[in-house]
Amino acid sequence: MSNPALTISSRTERGSRVIAPVGDVDLNAAPTLKAHLRTAHGEMAAGSRLVIDLAGVPYMDSSGLATLVESMQASRRTGFDLKLCNLAPRVRAIFEIAKLNRVFTIVPTLDDALAT
Amino acid sequence: MHDHTPNHDAAHVRLQIVSNPLLNSGAREMVASMAKRMGFADESAHQIALAVDEALCNVEHHGYRRDTTQPIWISLFAIGGLASSTGQQSPTTGIKVVIEDEARQVDPDSIKSRPLDEIRPGGLGVHIIREVMDQVIYEKRSASGKGMRLTMIKLKPAESAGTTPHAPQHPGAHP
Repeated sequence: MSNPALTISSRTERGSRVIAPVGDVDLNAAPTLKAHLRTAHGEMAAGSRLVIDLAGVPYMDSSGLATLVESMQASRRTGFDLKLCNLAPRVRAIFEIAKLNRVFTIVPTLDDALAT
Repeated sequence: MHDHTPNHDAAHVRLQIVSNPLLNSGAREMVASMAKRMGFADESAHQIALAVDEALCNVEHHGYRRDTTQPIWISLFAIGGLASSTGQQSPTTGIKVVIEDEARQVDPDSIKSRPLDEIRPGGLGVHIIREVMDQVIYEKRSASGKGMRLTMIKLKPAESAGTTPHAPQHPGAHP
């Protein structure tokens, strides 16, 4: 948990939109991710898929969780599929503490997320 | 001018930061590092740092309403004391973390986590703090109408297993 800067890449892979933040997602960085995801939400159609690849996120707090919950709400409104993948153990732990692991579709790898 | 600085001379570590979220990563790294020095395992030290991070977020976001210039004090107390030399077995049985501010006061009883079955952004910080720490106390710092104090205690697993968390007895203990 040593990287206060957040960089975000976005690409299309196997027909899915893949967004990959790199860095800690905390109160300082969450607004950057939120803005990026809001743009992506506006481009998603019903039946499409958004994958958030968290392989580059070593740390997340409740600000990050709130940002991802907003994505889930957007996915329910629009009807796109949302998947999270590659959660580090400590990131997965905070989902479990908040009981959000029961709500999100969380899969081990990007391959799993992109599988139909 | 009245000095609002808290009197925590007995703290083993004390840090003052301004309420800028940019500094939270440094603060939690310091807390995790100190907790490890006190003999906590990596995961426990990480949880203590997470609780501190969530507390800082609440002060910055709700207490100071995103004003990034206001003071926050973080004090760490090694419950049971510190080892006096390298290699000595740590006498520390737990850690007490005190976070104080000069933000607007709220009724401590009103500080609650939201029901987890409500799926909406926000409101999870207090739940996370209560989940990862053994004891959590919110209180008003003074009757002057300004400032809150959060006291959090985490005991080492051997001490916390099967026991009720208790307040430490040492010179830095809060009432």
